[in-house]
Amino acid sequence: MLSVALKGLAGRKVRASLTAIAIVLGVAMISGTYILTDTINNGFNTIVVNSYKNADLVVSGQAAFKNTNGNGVETPTFPASVLTKVKALPDVAAAAGSVTSDSVKLIGKDGKVIDTGGAPSLGFSVDPREQQFNPTKLTAGTWPSGADQVVIDKATASHENFHLGDTIRLQAVGPQRSFKLSGIAEFSGVGSIGGATFAVFDLPTAQRVFDKPGQLDVIRIQSKTGVSNAKLVSEIKPLLPPTATVRDTNAQVKEDKKDLSFVSFFKYILLAFAGIALFVGAFVIANTLSITIAQRMREFATLRTLGASRRQVLWSVVVEALVIGILGSLVGLFLGLGLAKVLNKLFVTFGIDLPQGQTVFATRTVIVSLLVGTLVTLVASIRPARRATRVPPIAAVREGSVLPVSRFAKYGPVTALGILAAAIALVAVGSLGSGIATGPRLLMIGVGVLLLFFGVSMNAARVVRPLAAVLGAPARAIGGAPGILARDNATRNPARTASTASALMIGLALVTFVAIFGQGVFKSFEDAVDQLFIADYAVTATNTFTPIDVAAGKSLVGKPGVSDVTPIRAGSAHFLGSDHDLTAVAPNVATGIRIDWKQGGSSVPGRLGTDGFFTDSDYAKSQHLHIGSPVSLEFPSGKRVNVRLIGIYEMPNGGSPFGDATISTTLFDRFIPRPRDEMVLVNTPDGVSAANTQTLEDDISGFADAKVQTRDEFKTNFIKPIKKILNLLYALLALSVIVSLVGIINTLVLTVYERTRELGMLRAVGMTRRQVRMMIRYESIVTALMGAALGIVVGVFLAALVTHALSGQGIVFAIPWMQLVYFVLAAILVGILAAVIPARRASRLNVLKALQYE
Amino acid sequence: MEAAAVPAVDAKEGVPAAVVAARDLTRRYGEGDTAVDALRGVELDVQREKLTAVMGPSGSGKSTLMHILAALDKPTSGTVWIAGTNVGELNDTETTKLRREHIGFVFQFFNLLPMLTAEENVVLPLTIAGEKPDKEWREELLKKVGLADRRTHRPAELSGGQQQRVAIARALVSRPTVVFADEPTGNLDSKTSGEILELMRDSVDALGQTTVMVTHDPHAAAIADRILFLADGLIVRDMPRSDQGAVIAAMEELTQA
Repeated sequence: MLSVALKGLAGRKVRASLTAIAIVLGVAMISGTYILTDTINNGFNTIVVNSYKNADLVVSGQAAFKNTNGNGVETPTFPASVLTKVKALPDVAAAAGSVTSDSVKLIGKDGKVIDTGGAPSLGFSVDPREQQFNPTKLTAGTWPSGADQVVIDKATASHENFHLGDTIRLQAVGPQRSFKLSGIAEFSGVGSIGGATFAVFDLPTAQRVFDKPGQLDVIRIQSKTGVSNAKLVSEIKPLLPPTATVRDTNAQVKEDKKDLSFVSFFKYILLAFAGIALFVGAFVIANTLSITIAQRMREFATLRTLGASRRQVLWSVVVEALVIGILGSLVGLFLGLGLAKVLNKLFVTFGIDLPQGQTVFATRTVIVSLLVGTLVTLVASIRPARRATRVPPIAAVREGSVLPVSRFAKYGPVTALGILAAAIALVAVGSLGSGIATGPRLLMIGVGVLLLFFGVSMNAARVVRPLAAVLGAPARAIGGAPGILARDNATRNPARTASTASALMIGLALVTFVAIFGQGVFKSFEDAVDQLFIADYAVTATNTFTPIDVAAGKSLVGKPGVSDVTPIRAGSAHFLGSDHDLTAVAPNVATGIRIDWKQGGSSVPGRLGTDGFFTDSDYAKSQHLHIGSPVSLEFPSGKRVNVRLIGIYEMPNGGSPFGDATISTTLFDRFIPRPRDEMVLVNTPDGVSAANTQTLEDDISGFADAKVQTRDEFKTNFIKPIKKILNLLYALLALSVIVSLVGIINTLVLTVYERTRELGMLRAVGMTRRQVRMMIRYESIVTALMGAALGIVVGVFLAALVTHALSGQGIVFAIPWMQLVYFVLAAILVGILAAVIPARRASRLNVLKALQYE
Repeated sequence: MEAAAVPAVDAKEGVPAAVVAARDLTRRYGEGDTAVDALRGVELDVQREKLTAVMGPSGSGKSTLMHILAALDKPTSGTVWIAGTNVGELNDTETTKLRREHIGFVFQFFNLLPMLTAEENVVLPLTIAGEKPDKEWREELLKKVGLADRRTHRPAELSGGQQQRVAIARALVSRPTVVFADEPTGNLDSKTSGEILELMRDSVDALGQTTVMVTHDPHAAAIADRILFLADGLIVRDMPRSDQGAVIAAMEELTQA
């Protein structure tokens, strides 16, 4: 019986492949995600491991805390004298000190900072006498020596057309500086370092450029033979200040890799999209199998008359699904190799350029891809397989037998409505209910959304007729008879049409949700900026996001044509038991930002001094803080300062430019070395004008990474990267839409196959090939539009709930009508594309053969 | 043959001795005013190792009768016994077992599995039952139906007559108690029909295969040992082996009545 099932599968290659394609894409996404993120991890790993090559121990700066989800923390330095002491130890064979930085921005020949797409602009010193520790190798020229020499990475040199001996400018701490390119280097063993750049100096130059005089960030140590790491660690420990620590190299590599947790985050996001594609794939598979099984009724019935049991029929379908699942997963697994490259290209396009090592094809990738793909197919096959067991033996001798309904069928409509109601309740309670912890809340919403898709798809069959009447009206008007037939064909088997459309619904619902949610976020952000930002100009980093050296803002103070300059510093502090973003303002902050004081009054910024801070109403409430509450701030260096709450402002809708605590710039600069500004707000005596803009631009031209922006420019530039992320989400959701497109193709191909005789008859009574094609195409479009209609309704519903739930954060519910129109047009396109192959097959039927087809 | 010596005495109380027996079979389709009675009390005993033909005009209920005799359909009332088993008392699993052991089918539209070769189609009932086909028996069958040299062909590569030969071999392969043939020549031209009928006759003569054949073709009925005429849901005439002319005359008599 097994061989019969397998031979049956082999005999229906086209139908089997159609079913398999639905799973291939989802599995390719899983495998591609693993391959890409493993390859990225491998790249990072190689960089990190190489950074400590030949070192047995590593001394590095140690921050008191990390604040990973906020502004982050610059690791503190330690005095260079530590190196002298380490070198003096008898067990040390060699030791080299180095300083590092992640914000040495290289300036291209066009005078603009080279965009790293969010990747670090690395800088470090190399000791030419201790080459054994050097993680990079020269590809041309010599190592830098002296105050005016630099080595940059090969990719940047070739991309930006820099040659040995060229002058290259770069922006680190303070105004930009010029260097002579003495050499070009690359990280050993890394395919690509992504968008990152690096600049290498000798130690004194690096200390000067990074503003770390007499300081070091890292010491690499080689021990004498026979000396254990543990012994040497215990010898070095007493020599270190509290801001430094010593580890053996393995431990240091592990520590450095902790900063790379974002790759895992990235992986889970991508896997979520793979999950969505697989979910849609499961719908398509279930539907395709159902149709094939309906078409094979006589075959199943014949098997039953020959003595096959229901169980055997069930297994024959399940075995087919198993084989389809395994084959589809195998194809998907290897397709993942290509998809990993496509995904990376996609990310680079959207400004995320990460390092790449050797391509990693891990065993885990193989196992998870095959297992998940096969299981999803199997699960999707269960319902169709059970239907197959209900085929009565008498169908072997009767024309046009229909499947008897299951004994639970009479509860079908009630169950369908029940599931839909339960889903809506779950999503509504999950998003709007109060007093639910985040975990259960997300679970409720997640399960609710899943059920919602099932619920809508189960009920969809009942709206197929009315929907077809509405959506099919244009088809009738444009297409005439083929149009009418197309519309009627779409309603012939409502369950089939509904389930085909449902697959598309899922993708479109998510796309609609993202669009509306994104619109709400933009709107709230824009409202917040309009409300808060009262300065004429903002000076920010060229990418608007990363903080800039305070020197840029300071340079504007007192310049002619500049009336007010007020910076907002950004840093991190640890207080009241957790890590927080810390901001600092000058006494004149009110010239740039409108603050709505609840307590303390407008004199607060001027009274901050060296022992005051202010916070927002939400944080004050959550921590039960009131005027006079003492708080001990701990800085990344481990130093502490006691401050008192002197002001509370009303938390603006749409977010605040300030952290949970804001102190004076004076206090900030005392405890944070190399302070940076989130932005500097500037007023000119006569407001915004082209002339004033020009003046300001000239004033800060010495700071290549600083940009002058008006309020509107600031808004646009701030939103731009978020828009990019939205577009990235659309691109990832497109995969699910493609899977549902495959679903429509499957249904149509199988339908054409089923209606062979009827198509032959239509051709015989005078329908042209073109009209046949048109008829199939219209049916496809009507089906796709049904998916779009259902999807948009579900998407709007979900977005309305979620934006309402987040209205406290200023997120508003705003429907981006134009975008919805684009989605509908996209659905029509999906319909047209899906119809290409089936329509061609239908129009090429041989009329005579089709009529004899049994 | 040994089987012929079985005495025509009830083995169990109330169970007819015939291999296939029907008592007081009725079958009603639909309900109320639109109800149609396809069978209205049919009594029947199928004789062992004989070919029984069921004839009748369309709408006479002959197909319904065969579906019920073969346990494909259930009667509205009445009882069917196959090999002494009351078919109406069987659940799905037991019915499946009954089919494996006692019933062979020949269909009007052949119903071969397109992806299997002729030989694979022939042994399919054994494959399904998880039995190994006896090699000699398989060869004998293939030779008998004249397909020994086409065993590796798939149905699509065979003519209609050849396909029906495969189907007959398939019905015989498990040596069932009874073979039901549903219009076996209904989809074939007259020359091919003749060959198929010869083959069916031969399976009864040479192998002693009890066969029930439903047909509206007098030519087909003329090979039967016994011809039952059905009209309006009742057996109206029971004829011994007759020639084609007699069958046609009987039919005409029926339709005029």
